Amino acid sequence: MAQASVKREVVAPWNDPQAVPLIRFEGISKRFGDFTAVEHVDLAIHKGEFFSLLGASGCGKTTLLRILAGFETPTTGRILIDGQDVTGVPPYERPVNMMFQSYALFPHMSVADNIAFGLKQDGLPKTVIRDKVAAALDLVQMGRFSGRKPHQLSGGQRQRVALARCLAKEPKVVLLDEPLAALDKKLREATQLELVNIQDRVGITFVMVTHDQGEAMTMSSRIGVMNAGRIEQVGGPVDIYEYPGTRFVADFIGAANMFQGTAREGEGALAVACPELEHDLSVTDAGTVAGGTPVTVMVRPEKVMIGRDKPQAGLNWAEGVVSDIAYLGDVSIYHVRLASGRKVQALRTNLHHGDDSRLTWEDPVFLAWHPADSLVLTR
Amino acid sequence: MNNRGFALYTALALVYAFLYLPIALLVIYSFNASKLVTVWGGFSTKWYGELLQDHQVLDAAWLSLKIAFVNACLATGLGTLAAVVLVRFKRFSGRALFTGMVSAPLVMPEIITGLALLLLFVGMENLLGWPDGRSMTTIVIAHVTFSLSFVTVVVRSRLSQMDRSLEEAAMDLGARPLTVFMKITLPIIAPALAAGWLLAFTLSVDDVVISAFVSGPGATPLPIVIFSKVRLGVSPEINALATIVVALVALAIAVAGRVMMSKEKPGG
Amino acid sequence: MKGKSLLEGGAGRFLVGLAPYAWLLVFFLVPFLIVLKISLSEPQMGIPPYMPLVDWAEGAFKGTLAGYRTLLGDNLYLLAYLGSLRLAGMATLGCLLLGYPAAYAIARAPRSRRQALLMLVALPFWTSFLIRVYAWIGILKNEGLLNMALMGMGVISEPLQILETDTAVTIGMVYSYLPFMILPLYATLEKMDLSLLEAAADLGCRPFRAFLAVTLPLSMPGVVAGCMLVFIPAVGEFVIPDLLGGPDTLVIGKVLWAEFFDNRDWPTASAVAVAMLVLLVVPIMVFQHFEAKRAERGE
Repeated sequence: MAQASVKREVVAPWNDPQAVPLIRFEGISKRFGDFTAVEHVDLAIHKGEFFSLLGASGCGKTTLLRILAGFETPTTGRILIDGQDVTGVPPYERPVNMMFQSYALFPHMSVADNIAFGLKQDGLPKTVIRDKVAAALDLVQMGRFSGRKPHQLSGGQRQRVALARCLAKEPKVVLLDEPLAALDKKLREATQLELVNIQDRVGITFVMVTHDQGEAMTMSSRIGVMNAGRIEQVGGPVDIYEYPGTRFVADFIGAANMFQGTAREGEGALAVACPELEHDLSVTDAGTVAGGTPVTVMVRPEKVMIGRDKPQAGLNWAEGVVSDIAYLGDVSIYHVRLASGRKVQALRTNLHHGDDSRLTWEDPVFLAWHPADSLVLTR
Repeated sequence: MNNRGFALYTALALVYAFLYLPIALLVIYSFNASKLVTVWGGFSTKWYGELLQDHQVLDAAWLSLKIAFVNACLATGLGTLAAVVLVRFKRFSGRALFTGMVSAPLVMPEIITGLALLLLFVGMENLLGWPDGRSMTTIVIAHVTFSLSFVTVVVRSRLSQMDRSLEEAAMDLGARPLTVFMKITLPIIAPALAAGWLLAFTLSVDDVVISAFVSGPGATPLPIVIFSKVRLGVSPEINALATIVVALVALAIAVAGRVMMSKEKPGG
Repeated sequence: MKGKSLLEGGAGRFLVGLAPYAWLLVFFLVPFLIVLKISLSEPQMGIPPYMPLVDWAEGAFKGTLAGYRTLLGDNLYLLAYLGSLRLAGMATLGCLLLGYPAAYAIARAPRSRRQALLMLVALPFWTSFLIRVYAWIGILKNEGLLNMALMGMGVISEPLQILETDTAVTIGMVYSYLPFMILPLYATLEKMDLSLLEAAADLGCRPFRAFLAVTLPLSMPGVVAGCMLVFIPAVGEFVIPDLLGGPDTLVIGKVLWAEFFDNRDWPTASAVAVAMLVLLVVPIMVFQHFEAKRAERGE
């Protein structure tokens, strides 16, 4: 599941305590009747970021985006954009434009009129509007289609027009609500990179809502993982995947083997006793965990080595038999049943054609992983 | 085509025959020279001539068209507002009463609506001195009251199907609520408005019962004139009138069909 | 879970709602209160032909239930009420029997033809209702076209008395309201997933049994909607029974009309209207309310 992020200049204003964020959510909550959609969110997004709100449906990510756009008023808290409190400002007065999941292109207007709509609301002169429309269309390579009506366009073309429409007003922030959800898989992957490139070129801050973790990892500078109205963790794609802060994030992003256990007293690497495993697990860089604390040890399947030979000393290891194999072509995922009955996933790349040494069902195998490749979670 | 298919199409053909034969007979017999409906006395257009001499019928027809036009415009305006209220304003005091009042005319027997409105007009006249007798005004008020509900039904269904994010997008792009309604919402629901207008027009032109209560000697719409003539028996003049109505409707539908066809392609 | 948008701000909202609300209050609700009031007044010879409900000079309430007592005392009203129900019921049944096969045939016709076939059903609605009813007088009367045709073919020797009977009224109603039955039936039948019938056949069900076991139950919402659309206007109908029915055709609409226009008895006419409202309209509205609720829950 580890997808390479697009190569881009590494600027990380969020690590600079002096940097002033462009967008600031302060204690934002939103309740609909008895239902709490968003629960006390504090979040800072910086200028030029491609920030993703990632979560399952109903986690409050869309509500948070709609609060930022001005379609919902937060029950508590306030929102600042560029230092200005916009909490009570209606959507038509916010320096923010949104690309809707349905694209929301006006069906009775041509492509050019759709893009000109927002500029006309600002009362710009006709010639200026014409130039800006042309520039926006060029940016998304849709110049040839300016006279078409939305229903004469393909899904991918509509998506471009919708993007051009929100960029034309040169807002401080562009909001994207599941921007690629309506596209088929191939087109979606191509568009992911193109969107990032366009964002790089225009230099506008993008805030995207998505349920697709691959999409979030590919496109974002940072990701906010949401669960039940709260932000669980904010971080770059690598942070989120390699160093999840909570069990929820570890489980939600990618696949994970999680072992419940109890921390032992001791110096150096943390030792964890797990009832499901015969040997203690060793975890380096576990921070300070008091002995006796119940903890979860997480290790990603691709970090688990699988083989017929007993692993060398110093690794965490376990014995079992192969119970299921998911052959995915490029990789295979082995489900290994331990003596305790616990199943552990291990991922192996299928490097060669017709590999005779390939493991098969009921083969006795050893599993092993490096103490530095696993993580201790206490939340 | 198998047996079942054949049986079905036969049933369908019978239904169409049932629907159209009476109208066809009216048209044929409007050209009958004989006054007796069942005896074919040769081809003649004399009843059309007589109809065009009949000032009572012509005046009534003109009045009916005026009433229907004013009614359709008012009912479409009020019905659209009512639809907006019902679809968009989910909570306000008196919503239940409003919903009830909008939908009640759909199930209310016309005879009750007519009676109630007449009693209202009589009461108002006694109390306020207005309206002064039965007139075009009272007929229009009565027609708007019952036809606005039909407009509301049509517009409401279109409005509730409309993608809300279109309005949000417009607002997001800087349009104020009134601009959003005029530039986005109205154009998108326009077909429903047109359908509602036509429906209100037709209901008004067609209405007998309510008009019977609220019309008076000064203002007699066409259906009331036809109704009183028909109650006295079959008259070839009415056949001629019916033929003209059918021809006009057919023409209007043909034109509307053409317009829709040409719009179907680029619009939608 | 969408919140209210800013379109719905206070003042604008009030103004939008004001016009239709005020119109319906003044021209729909108030008139019914007046009907209720007059139904409780005493008749008098004069203009208006009823006594004030409250005598302000004496400060006395002059209400009377005489109008309602008349309704209960004379079984003419009960018979008219039942007559309306019976005729509307027969018309609904007739529409269903004719309309179901027609709707089914259209729904199963090639897709390209369906719109045109449907248009043909709806077209007569746009011509004058009155004229279409009138057409049947010429067909059904003793020396009318139907009798002529039947006698010409030698089926009958004497003309049949059809006009001025309940049969004529039923035919007229079926004719007038048939499109209202076909359109909702078509809508549900057209939406039906045909693979359900294939599944039934695959599981060993013959076509006719599949129709009874699958198509018919699934089309019930359309049947209910169509029946309501026919029954409601038919039950309060005045024009069709007046033109096609005879003096014996007793329906509540005709009775109300006669009380009002012929007897000029406004209190009794109002009492008939109130009774009609309570016994017909209110049950229909309650039924529709629950139907709508059921539909909202997605059955």
